[in-house]
Amino acid sequence: MGRKLLLEHAGAEGIRYYDVYRKKGGYASVEKALKMTPEAIVEEVKKSGLRGRGGAGFPTGLKWSFIAKPEGVPRHLVCNADESEPGTFKDRYLMEFIPHLLIEGLIVSSFALGSNTTYIYIRGEYAWIPDILEQAIAEAKANGWLGKNILGSGFDCEIYVQRGAGAYICGEETALIESLEGKRGNPRIKPPFPAIKGVWDRPTVVNNVETLAAIVPVINLGGEEYAKIGVGRSTGTKLISACGNINKPGVYEIDMTISVEEFIFSDEYCGGIANSKKLKACIPGGSSVPILPANLLLKTAKGETRYMNYESLSDGGFATGSMMGSGGFVVLDEDQCVVKHTYTLARFYRHESCGQCSPCREGTGWMEKILKNIDTGKGKMSDIDLLWDIQRKIEGNTICPLGDAAAWPVAAAIRHFRDEFEWHVRNPEECLRRNYGLAHYADEREVVA
Amino acid sequence: MAEEKKLFKVTIDNITVEVEPGTTILNAARQIGGEVTPPAMCYYSKLKGSGGKCRTCLVEVAAGSTADPRPMPKLVASCRTTVMDGMIVKNITSERVMDARKGVVEFLLINHPLDCPICDQAGECHLQDLSYEHGTEGTRFEFQKRIFKKHDLGPYIQLHMTRCILCYRCVYVADQLTNKRVHGILDRGDHAEIATYIEKALDNDFIGNVIDVCPVGALTDRTFRFKNRVWFTKPVNAHRNCDKCCGKVHAWLRGDEILRVTARKDQWGEVEDWICNECRFEKKNIRDWEIEGPAEINRHSVISQGHYAGKTGTTMPTETFPNIMNGRQPKLLMDIHSVSEVNPPGLDLAAIPGPAHSGDFEGKKEISDKH
Repeated sequence: MGRKLLLEHAGAEGIRYYDVYRKKGGYASVEKALKMTPEAIVEEVKKSGLRGRGGAGFPTGLKWSFIAKPEGVPRHLVCNADESEPGTFKDRYLMEFIPHLLIEGLIVSSFALGSNTTYIYIRGEYAWIPDILEQAIAEAKANGWLGKNILGSGFDCEIYVQRGAGAYICGEETALIESLEGKRGNPRIKPPFPAIKGVWDRPTVVNNVETLAAIVPVINLGGEEYAKIGVGRSTGTKLISACGNINKPGVYEIDMTISVEEFIFSDEYCGGIANSKKLKACIPGGSSVPILPANLLLKTAKGETRYMNYESLSDGGFATGSMMGSGGFVVLDEDQCVVKHTYTLARFYRHESCGQCSPCREGTGWMEKILKNIDTGKGKMSDIDLLWDIQRKIEGNTICPLGDAAAWPVAAAIRHFRDEFEWHVRNPEECLRRNYGLAHYADEREVVA
Repeated sequence: MAEEKKLFKVTIDNITVEVEPGTTILNAARQIGGEVTPPAMCYYSKLKGSGGKCRTCLVEVAAGSTADPRPMPKLVASCRTTVMDGMIVKNITSERVMDARKGVVEFLLINHPLDCPICDQAGECHLQDLSYEHGTEGTRFEFQKRIFKKHDLGPYIQLHMTRCILCYRCVYVADQLTNKRVHGILDRGDHAEIATYIEKALDNDFIGNVIDVCPVGALTDRTFRFKNRVWFTKPVNAHRNCDKCCGKVHAWLRGDEILRVTARKDQWGEVEDWICNECRFEKKNIRDWEIEGPAEINRHSVISQGHYAGKTGTTMPTETFPNIMNGRQPKLLMDIHSVSEVNPPGLDLAAIPGPAHSGDFEGKKEISDKH
């Protein structure tokens, strides 16, 4: 059993409310942090090696140290709760069940960054969660953890919850900032980065919910102690939202030392593939990271065991590896069709492209149309190469990473499952009736009925 | 002694130029001019905040600066990236750039109707120029294009959204020139459209400028629609005393008739001075204007073919292509002999007995037998 830092008290009854949360040792990190200097907190976070949990995995302490500190200009911390990546639902779990953990992390982080006005930008689809958060904020304020002169330290902080209107693109930090300002959620062109010019042209740090929640154990344990958990540069614990064809879908907290095989098949976590099927493929970090066939998922191309951490999952680059991403672990069993799956994702990205820059706006729609053709047995062999060419011309040529996110799943599907695409083209009628099957990328594991 | 301003040295396609700090790569390239200037479909130097969207101006930065000579991993939008001292930029010398640009042109065209034969913008369309220079002859897009209905935005402007490439220029014009913007982008992705809120009319004294900034034929002048092809009209410099704007325009004449009035544009196709709606739409009588003389069209445009192309006041036609095309040699778009099936190079016309008929070339003997 791995060590739990975030979800330690998740099962306690009434943990959503202040009294229970406080009794379980909540808000201790605020007491500790307000006695430190903001610089010392940033230094602790740097020492902890905590990496951004939103997907990119950028070191949080480093990001915090970039924030500009011009005289007389307010700074802002924005919590990115626009968790829209298909397959990712860890932030929802945190906010819904332990909202005070996020609030606690926000107060500490706001103090470290000097943000007197802090925002939580939450996606519109989480319609019921703002109420939970606002209640938690009210409770925290009533008990003196928010407002003016917190704990007599002279530090003022207010937290506001802002609802989005339901757009994937608003999870991109600059689009989120635009949306927060009340504008159309189009990503900004960087530079300038939010650390220099963010919300209302003020220095801003945008962090994921889980990152901010993880600040609490970082402060409680101390940076060095926190860094001892995990392995290499993947320190601390990570929430994984597992879904797909597994026996026990849900949110799991792992300490990044367990192997992918253990995560999928042990009863402690996913509990194996549902309905005694075989593992076919998996997207290890949310819909935009490359899909991996079973053989490359469990072992790297070098034949080493693959572990659930940043380095191991991306071992081999995009040729034979994937990414940790946001921790949206989607498992596909032998009955799933990779072409249909890729088509579904392409449809999603087409729908969510903001339409600002041309490669993504036009390319996502084009890819979706071609994939639909292949999926419904109307494809041509040349379409597969065309798809490859389109994704290549989108990737890296767009303003924000949505273009890359749309291109990577298509690229990986063609890279690893080209035979399945070709089978669809060659058997236009059969592909509507049955699934291609497992073929060479199958997991050789014996199925225990 | 005045303090000397430090200039940044930047090398674009092996040509070094010194520019002021804060200049973008695109503007540095424009100082060099010619082929090394990346095309720009959405950037407009007169509109603050424009650019970065169309991705046609992508360039490769081979060395970031003298201090940090690492190359930038991704291609960057030259219109929004400022130069650093010692930066080395590759535009037409980089295969990566040309490949990406070809891709962008293809993306821009897949949903564009390519109705140039009936489009008023044809002849002065930036997308046309771009496709000639960077596009391919054929298309790989085999689906239905997105279509929108035409909208009349008031008495002067028609919006033909199907042709739009979503450059956002008209939105910036309305934001920065008029006091109240009533049109913008609705929806997102490839179904995004320029629209007014519930088909409201655009009525502002300066809103006519959206027609001039539109790189394609999406926003057209209703007073000029289908009146004439631009290359049959003669642009002249004209001015009048206007209390709203500078009053300096290009009047487009056919005979003695003014068919259309536009703002004067510079060599990058950008408006020099914004003009008001009254000058643009209502003063179509030649007596309203004082004609200064033929206008110089600097852009390599079909308009400059056939008539005034030299310096203002010159009556002699300039005959060589490089002269007309501002130093550029014409590009061979296709070799007609290699693509024509009617008269292939290998065909010996003398060997065909009797008068030749179309059937001779296709091997269909029966057609010629009837004769």
